[in-house]
Amino acid sequence: MDRATRITFLAMLVVLAVAPFVLYPIFLMKVLCFALFACAFNLLVGYVGLLSFGHAAFFGSAGYVTAYTVKMWGLPPELGILLGAATGAGLGLVIGWLAIRRQGIYFAMITLALSQIVFFYALQAPWTGGEDGIQSVPRGHLFGLIDLHDPMAMYFTVAAIFVLGFLFVYRVIHSPFGQVLKAIRENEPRAISLGYETDRYKLLAFVLSATLAGLAGGTKSLVFQLASLTDVQWQMSGEVVLMTLVGGLGTIFGPIVGAAVIVTMQNYLAEFGSWVTIIQGFIFVVCVLTFRRGIVGEIIGRFGPKGAAPTGGGH
Amino acid sequence: MFELIGIPPQALFGQLLIGLINGAFYAMLSLGLAVIFGLLNIINFTHGAQYMMGAFVAYLCLTHLGLGYWGALIVAPILVGAFGILLERTMLHRLYKLDHLYGLLLTFGIALIVEGFFRHLYGSSGLPYAIPAELRGGYNLGFMFLPTYRAWVVVASVIVCFGTWFVIERTRLGAYLRAATENPTLVQAFGINVPRMITLTYGFGVALAAFAGVMAAPIYQVSPLMGANLIIVVFAVVVIGGMGSIMGAIVTGFALGVVEGLTKVFYPEASNTVIFVIMAIVLTIKPAGLFGRTA
Amino acid sequence: MKLKQALLAGAASVLFAGGASAQISGDVVKLGILNDQSSLYADITGQGSVAAARMAVEDFGGTVNGKKIEIVFADHQNKPDVGSNVARQWYDRDGVDAIVDVPTSSVALAIAAVSKEKNKAFLNSGAASSDLTGKSCQTTTVHWTYDTIALSKGTGGAVVKAGGDSWYFLTADYAFGHALERDTGDVVKAAGGKVLGQVRHPLNTSDFSSFLLQAQASKAKVVGLANAGGDTINSIKQASEFGIVAGGQKLAGLLVFVNDIHALGLQTAQGLQLTEAFYWDQNDETRAFSTRFEAIMKKKPSMIQAGVYGVVLHYLKAIKEVNSDEGEKVVAQMKKMPANDFMTKNAVLREDGRLVRDMYLFEVKKPSESKGPWDYYKPIRTIPGNEAYRPLKDGGCPFVKG
Repeated sequence: MDRATRITFLAMLVVLAVAPFVLYPIFLMKVLCFALFACAFNLLVGYVGLLSFGHAAFFGSAGYVTAYTVKMWGLPPELGILLGAATGAGLGLVIGWLAIRRQGIYFAMITLALSQIVFFYALQAPWTGGEDGIQSVPRGHLFGLIDLHDPMAMYFTVAAIFVLGFLFVYRVIHSPFGQVLKAIRENEPRAISLGYETDRYKLLAFVLSATLAGLAGGTKSLVFQLASLTDVQWQMSGEVVLMTLVGGLGTIFGPIVGAAVIVTMQNYLAEFGSWVTIIQGFIFVVCVLTFRRGIVGEIIGRFGPKGAAPTGGGH
Repeated sequence: MFELIGIPPQALFGQLLIGLINGAFYAMLSLGLAVIFGLLNIINFTHGAQYMMGAFVAYLCLTHLGLGYWGALIVAPILVGAFGILLERTMLHRLYKLDHLYGLLLTFGIALIVEGFFRHLYGSSGLPYAIPAELRGGYNLGFMFLPTYRAWVVVASVIVCFGTWFVIERTRLGAYLRAATENPTLVQAFGINVPRMITLTYGFGVALAAFAGVMAAPIYQVSPLMGANLIIVVFAVVVIGGMGSIMGAIVTGFALGVVEGLTKVFYPEASNTVIFVIMAIVLTIKPAGLFGRTA
Repeated sequence: MKLKQALLAGAASVLFAGGASAQISGDVVKLGILNDQSSLYADITGQGSVAAARMAVEDFGGTVNGKKIEIVFADHQNKPDVGSNVARQWYDRDGVDAIVDVPTSSVALAIAAVSKEKNKAFLNSGAASSDLTGKSCQTTTVHWTYDTIALSKGTGGAVVKAGGDSWYFLTADYAFGHALERDTGDVVKAAGGKVLGQVRHPLNTSDFSSFLLQAQASKAKVVGLANAGGDTINSIKQASEFGIVAGGQKLAGLLVFVNDIHALGLQTAQGLQLTEAFYWDQNDETRAFSTRFEAIMKKKPSMIQAGVYGVVLHYLKAIKEVNSDEGEKVVAQMKKMPANDFMTKNAVLREDGRLVRDMYLFEVKKPSESKGPWDYYKPIRTIPGNEAYRPLKDGGCPFVKG
């Protein structure tokens, strides 16, 4: 990590440690789950240039699997969350395999359509509880020791999962594999001519992203003790796009900032009902028209070293 | 009386006809998307919201101005089309030099605003819109009772779809349009105002959505979310057909309506997903879509 | 280290919260009306329920044992995750003592669990699922106004008796629709009728034509609509478009509210038989309540809104007796007292949380019979509570003994 990243990362750790004593822990856990989800999404859109409009499928179905295995099979929470992540991975493999056949807008539409299959499956399958979802999921004891029904214990578990996920994304981006991904984003034909089997790289990136989205979804279902249709609906896919866009596509910390901003806004505007949708749409429009680098992208662009800012689109 | 896999033939014919009616809406909407995509290279996520606006204009015309169905069929496309032109002039045209994905994101944002706005004003339960007096009642076809209005929907949409196809594929105006898709600079050099053509094309595509919305108002309830879920199905229709061809969009729209109708007979649980499943199959066999040219 | 301290701090705060609730917490009784404020059920619950709760507080005198009574409300958007989130915040941070109304069964089941966990009363008027007092029952739950069983018993039984002995179901394809179809099917069979088949349609379907054609092809005398809200309205409208009723088949709406009839219009809805717990034009008391309500809301109350008034009043009476707002204590007290208000006469709140009240079977009037707006129903029969609701022992509620 370079110096600025390291300082920001340490500052983030401090905030994570102090925040639950100041703010409502459940709210913070929600932010963290979405932040991890957005980081996972950003791995794909920010570093491979693939805009998925179907990420809710991984997030939501992982939530169902975690909730189901923990509640019905009595699995310990850590295993439940891992199974959730595995669900994300498996689904990611299938959907990714189909979707990477096309690029750009087609890719977005295909992921959207395929995620609708997952949504309707969740709506109709008996084990997901349809409209009711899976409710009253016990949080259980982490490693058989720590009672997660205590809000602080749950919070620090979520925080740990988030930090691990974040570091994993960071590691992937800065690995040789990550460099190939960026090469594909910048110029795919060139990457092909250099001898890279780009489809395989894209698929692996897709699966990794889906796995992390699953990790976030599984964790969220334990936090709220509930897995429901909201998390598999396509509106959720739109929300994660918005979070990443607001924070800054292709920046390390952007998705986290974006998730915090959007979740906070939803929380405080919840009483105004449909205004939340209107404001979200408005933010979309403003971001696309004038603010394509997002909050973190703008900060790097203004204060960071030259050339460090992400390009913010445009081929 | 013979039966086909447990389904009496009357029911089967009835379902085929109903599938055709739903297909009419898919065809009109995917046609609009294809026209817009052809020239602007933008996937218009606002299409569903514009379809909904068409229905709402019809509803508002009736309740506030006393303007009936036939008037709305003309007024709504013009108004909503003008709204589309405004969008194109003020926002969309700034994005043509960027990645196409930004167009998708922008129109998605606009869709959220429009739908949120109507939901705020009218709530999300549907509003009733009566079938115009001239088209009430129906015909007993022997195998089913066909409401007159539904028959009208099929006829009208076939006319509109093939009219559009004719203009684009068989007239001089259409030739300019197609040429501008291939090479805008060259067409500009011939003295044709390409930016204006793009604007008008977008307006026309949007007007088609609004027209479909007015047609839908008496069948479905007028509700702010009526377009939100439909648009995803139409996206899948477009992916299946491939966006290269106008005729492809029309034929795929009608065909998938029929397939969906049949699914409702044989396996109703899958009627929501059948189009998406077909999309997945088509992608594995012919990634560019049934009528698409491989890029 | 840090984690351990955090755990201790967390544990301490839980203990503290636990010890403080011997009396009325926060010196105020705070009621949270949680329902649909913007969508499908906003008309039958929404602000109308808030107004009904305010009327109850006003009639009770505004205070209970010297403590103020406050009302807050929120929109759960018919999503269980949104609902349970609001509920947690209300209980954890805002000092809400009871959650009221909650239409949409999925949300209600979620709130029932959270309320039990936090030991707060859950006063449900809006939801239909009989599971609330069956396998998902809680000692803190009160299910006040109606449930799926009462509706299917009322409507299903009456229609069979009137000669509609062969049924075909148009069922919303999710838990609630399945339950309604199952319960009604049982009633139909018990009354000597038969079920010819069913077709499951997706939730929020806009086009029912193909399902209606299948219902038509079944030649059943009655098409049972095991769906709700917009789905019911749409299926009734399209059934008239496709000539189902004109062709001699009868429709039976299993969950239809007076506001739905208002939206459909008598021309389309006439002849429909339905079961409700309340209709504004039943007697002088219901008319008096409805007039007051209409002065505020500009429309007649639904049975859910009327029920909110009753359950809030009964809750406040119980608090007065036990001088505590702990969920289990208050609900236990509510079960000891007979319930009485303008629409509820000596009804018993059973051990499983079910209020056993009389239900009423109505038929929608013909346009020619109606004297004007909101004059929609003619009474057919009163169904005594014991007949309408599921017997206590059949619910499968774990804490009900015997």
